[in-house]
Amino acid sequence: MAKTVLLIGTRKGLFIAESDADRRDWQLRGPYCEGWPVYHAVHDGDSAIYAAAASEWHGSAIWKSTDLGETWTHSSEGLTYDDGRRFSKVSNVSAAHGRVLVGVEAPGVFESTDGGQTFSLKTRLEGQPGWEGWDDPENQPPGHLGMSSIMSDPKSKDHWWAIVQGNSLFETTDDGKTWTPRNRGLRRDWPAEHEEVGFCVHRVAFSPDPQRMYQQNHVGMHRSDDAGATWTEISEGLPSDFGFAAAAHPFDRDVFHVIPLDPLHARTMPEGKACVWRTEDGGSTWQRRDNGLPQHDAYLGVLREGMAMDTYDSPGYYFGTSTGQLFASNDDAASWQEIAGYLPAITSVEVAML
Amino acid sequence: MAQLRLPPTLPPLFPELPRKLDVSAPTVVGALTELDARWPGLMDRLCSHGPTLRPHIHVYVDGKRAALDDAIDERSRIDVIAAISGG
Repeated sequence: MAKTVLLIGTRKGLFIAESDADRRDWQLRGPYCEGWPVYHAVHDGDSAIYAAAASEWHGSAIWKSTDLGETWTHSSEGLTYDDGRRFSKVSNVSAAHGRVLVGVEAPGVFESTDGGQTFSLKTRLEGQPGWEGWDDPENQPPGHLGMSSIMSDPKSKDHWWAIVQGNSLFETTDDGKTWTPRNRGLRRDWPAEHEEVGFCVHRVAFSPDPQRMYQQNHVGMHRSDDAGATWTEISEGLPSDFGFAAAAHPFDRDVFHVIPLDPLHARTMPEGKACVWRTEDGGSTWQRRDNGLPQHDAYLGVLREGMAMDTYDSPGYYFGTSTGQLFASNDDAASWQEIAGYLPAITSVEVAML
Repeated sequence: MAQLRLPPTLPPLFPELPRKLDVSAPTVVGALTELDARWPGLMDRLCSHGPTLRPHIHVYVDGKRAALDDAIDERSRIDVIAAISGG
């Protein structure tokens, strides 16, 4: 029977939740990675889990398991800047096309072609507007993720996307040799030195139509109908234009989910009512999807990698909160159940169907 | 042989790495390099590029704060400490 596996990155290690294709009953185990803060973890679709973890004492490493978490190895060989540039953490990991890409702070991407044993610098996106300031400590507060997301195109090794936190969404079509900022049409409520960059892209979600993409930005939810070349804001009808997490739909290009948060210091769900908001018309209208979620005193936050979707016929969605609750839907976001309530702060959720 | 003691967070990362062990090297960095040859990757857990000690890793030789280049001898006691921080 098919197995559904959730990889849950937390401030105190990686946890794994397992279920079958019904996704009603879950077994939780962990923590793994010796309790190191895990910023992101993925399954490569074949046999390996890769987790990007960074200990305050012992630095960054990519942890790997080929037996669904029973045993682990770790490596940081080559995960360093040779020129003394600051390397504070590994933030994001992508495993596709037989290789592993790792996003780090200060912003850069490292590559492993030997299954996570050794790494080499792939790109720092040299020459992009303002690039020389990315390593400036004044631009990199302690929690900064640097290269906060790397998104591989499953159909092309040469085509992938990267987000430099607080700066830009970038696209490459030649495997990282050259890059193009993809921010045209995004809102920016602050002055910027460069027209092309200086946008705060939190999360990008891909619909089944390559032309249709969605984005949760620091200011606004956005849609693209031309594969990221231009963006249109779709925030109207939502309780807030701020949030981190987002998920599209595996089969319907017009469906998109976000979790709006209060935009100022709190950054929790408005009025203490937990809710996922869903559009079924590309962002023209929005619906509350809160059946099964707490509606009183639930001041929950969800971070940028904190939401995932599977691709079953009845799609499942998952989100983890910064206060350690993990929620799941097995009916296309019609209802939700809490499958863990007392985890450490959750930084990322990914799902694998095995 | 100098006696070297490691923080408790380190042995779980490397099979059969003890908390206390004997080393024979002229300097602190030499001792850590010796350990890295036996447990590949150990140096990375204590030092960043350079090498320089990671921000929350301190080394003491015979009770005094030491740097990587400081000398040790066969009677030295070397304590590698992970700073008490976090929560």
